[in-house]
Amino acid sequence: MTRIVALLACVLLSVPAFAHKASDAYLTIERDGRSLRGQWDIALRDLDNALGLDANADGDITWGEVRSRQTDIGAYAISRLQVSSGGERCSLSPTAYLIDTHTDGAYAVMTFTGACPQPGPTLALDYRLFEGLDPQHRGLLNFVENGQSRSVVFSADTPHRIVGGDSSGPVRQFVTYLNEGVWHIWTGFDHILFLLSLLLPAVLVRHHDRWQPGASFRASFIDVAKVVTAFTLAHSITLSLAALSIVVLPSRLVESGIALSVVLASLNNVFPVVANGRWIAAFGFGLLHGFGFAGALHDLGLPAGSLALSLAGFNLGVEAGQLAIVMLFLPLAFALRSTWAYRRMVFAGGSVAIATLASVWLVERAFNVGVFSALAAR
Amino acid sequence: MPGWRSTALAVALVLVPAAACAKPFVPPGDAVVLERLPEKGDPALAELKRMRAALMMSPRDLDSAAPVARRALDAARTLGDPRYLGQAQAALGPWWKGDDVPPVALLLRATLKQSQHDFAGSLVDLDRLLAVNPAMAQARLTRSTVSTVVGRYADARRDCAELAGKVAPIIVIGCEATPASLSGQAGPAYGALVQVLALPAAAGVREWALTLAAEIAARRGDVAAAERHFRDARALDPRDAYLKGAFADFLLDRDRPGEVLPLLRDDTRNDTLLLRLALAEQRLADQRERFAAHRADLAARFEAARRRGDSLHRREEARFRLAIEKNPQAALTLARDNWAVQREPADLRILIEAARASGNDDALKTASDWIAAHHLEDALIVAQRERSR
Repeated sequence: MTRIVALLACVLLSVPAFAHKASDAYLTIERDGRSLRGQWDIALRDLDNALGLDANADGDITWGEVRSRQTDIGAYAISRLQVSSGGERCSLSPTAYLIDTHTDGAYAVMTFTGACPQPGPTLALDYRLFEGLDPQHRGLLNFVENGQSRSVVFSADTPHRIVGGDSSGPVRQFVTYLNEGVWHIWTGFDHILFLLSLLLPAVLVRHHDRWQPGASFRASFIDVAKVVTAFTLAHSITLSLAALSIVVLPSRLVESGIALSVVLASLNNVFPVVANGRWIAAFGFGLLHGFGFAGALHDLGLPAGSLALSLAGFNLGVEAGQLAIVMLFLPLAFALRSTWAYRRMVFAGGSVAIATLASVWLVERAFNVGVFSALAAR
Repeated sequence: MPGWRSTALAVALVLVPAAACAKPFVPPGDAVVLERLPEKGDPALAELKRMRAALMMSPRDLDSAAPVARRALDAARTLGDPRYLGQAQAALGPWWKGDDVPPVALLLRATLKQSQHDFAGSLVDLDRLLAVNPAMAQARLTRSTVSTVVGRYADARRDCAELAGKVAPIIVIGCEATPASLSGQAGPAYGALVQVLALPAAAGVREWALTLAAEIAARRGDVAAAERHFRDARALDPRDAYLKGAFADFLLDRDRPGEVLPLLRDDTRNDTLLLRLALAEQRLADQRERFAAHRADLAARFEAARRRGDSLHRREEARFRLAIEKNPQAALTLARDNWAVQREPADLRILIEAARASGNDDALKTASDWIAAHHLEDALIVAQRERSR
């Protein structure tokens, strides 16, 4: 009884002092590795606007009316919040529904947990609650990690934000984007496979229509350097153009083009058309890959205040990640270049495998279908 | 037993500390009312809700969107509830960006930007609108109002002059009254207003003109006339939040806080009105508890606004920091930021008060220069300046 009275008093007492206020929702996300824990406070008045909570239309929203719609509330809210880590979406699921009061009235409180398939230095968030219903709505996020918390405000103009990896201050912001760039190339298999397809032949030479082991490390190194430089130069150009919205291409076209570039680059190893001018292919297709990187950067959101710095950080991160792959690949491939295993299994077999995989991507991306998921569903 | 229970409830109501509410809770029963929607008992708001629902079906239909935006703007103004500004903007969504927008939508957009204190954006829209439709009276009146708020009195008066012969004389004279009275011609502007108020006019227009007359009379130090105009205006629309705020300020300036209490008792949801109520309670010995509670409420609301990045009520917050929190430095920062955006007499007053309290000669000089340049006639501001010399 005392408890009930206390709760009732809590509701009643707050009533006379409620404010007229623009719409805000209060979001807390706590991250621990790949798992998330959160709480989202959303004003009942705003939810009524979006979902019509007042079932009997008497102008009062009761706990019964909220309770009977709580799964709708959860589904509505969660469908308007995308959380991604390492380029993949984390799944969020509501765990409980409660009520709380803020300065302007009663709020539905939803607690939730989340699981991210891919770890990453940062979390990318895309917040669209009440999009189109109230452009003045703000999402006030409190992000907590390792005992540190950080506030971020989402608005209709800035629905994308990244948190984690401490992105306050220009240096840290730069480091955050650098990190994201590295992660993007390491987890973006299409880019790695494209690069590998072009690098695999670098330790070999084409002689009398046959692949022979390359004679000198120097020659292989120069070949790799040419390919990597051309690729880097090309994607830096288009990444900048796209990130600054000077050139914008539809993402389906870009993603399909990238898949096609992987198919062609790997097939070229099996049925050589271009032998010594691979750096030209690296440059040409690199332009397309730059647009792909820009898409990833767009998902992270570029902070308006330090756009150039963040862009440079991301780009350098991509280069650094790429360089690390090359440095691992080149000595290994050079050491193995004379073996049957390298020429037959890694070079020829690997190229065929890459071409096959990339063809599936091409079909998926061009026609917007899920080949792998369709197979898995059988 | 029922008697015991209600006693227990009453005791609990008094004793439960605010901390009991700090945690999310499960309400004790399905029947507990958690929120009272604003449209309860307000047919106009209920109608707005229905119109918004209908607009969802065809959001690009300007004939449906314009009335929704207009009503939402009205509701925001009358109730002082900014959520309606968001609804108005949502209704104007398809026309919110871009230059090639139908005149009706552009005018509403400019009006909404004015309400959001985006005066520069509002003027850009109005300039574009009037360049193509020079005869659009409402656009001219709105531009004159916005120009006055940012202190461009000559521009404001030019627009009012353009209205002559196109709209009712009371609107031309009302349009002219504020910018004229703030640039050295308070006497003639007031005289013309009083004259035209002797003629019959629609209630809404009349209330607007009476409010202007009250404010000008108050600035001229004619307390009796100002009070009469305020009361006449209040009789026409007792709910007008702007009018209530202006009248409360008038009462506070005359050191009549006791009369503010009944005026604003039911307006605690509106931040600007709650501030005036708290300012009145602060001066009344028997209102200490209510004052403490309202002071805490205001602090929480300004904090909530700060978190969302709002700067809509900088003028009010400056008054709060200065008069209630006794923090002249914080008040001065807010008053200066506010002065950079809007330049009404109230903005000037808080700038001078905060500058005096914090001993900032620089800000005082800004104010003095402004007063001299525009020949401002405001009895209280002039007296204030005399004191600070």
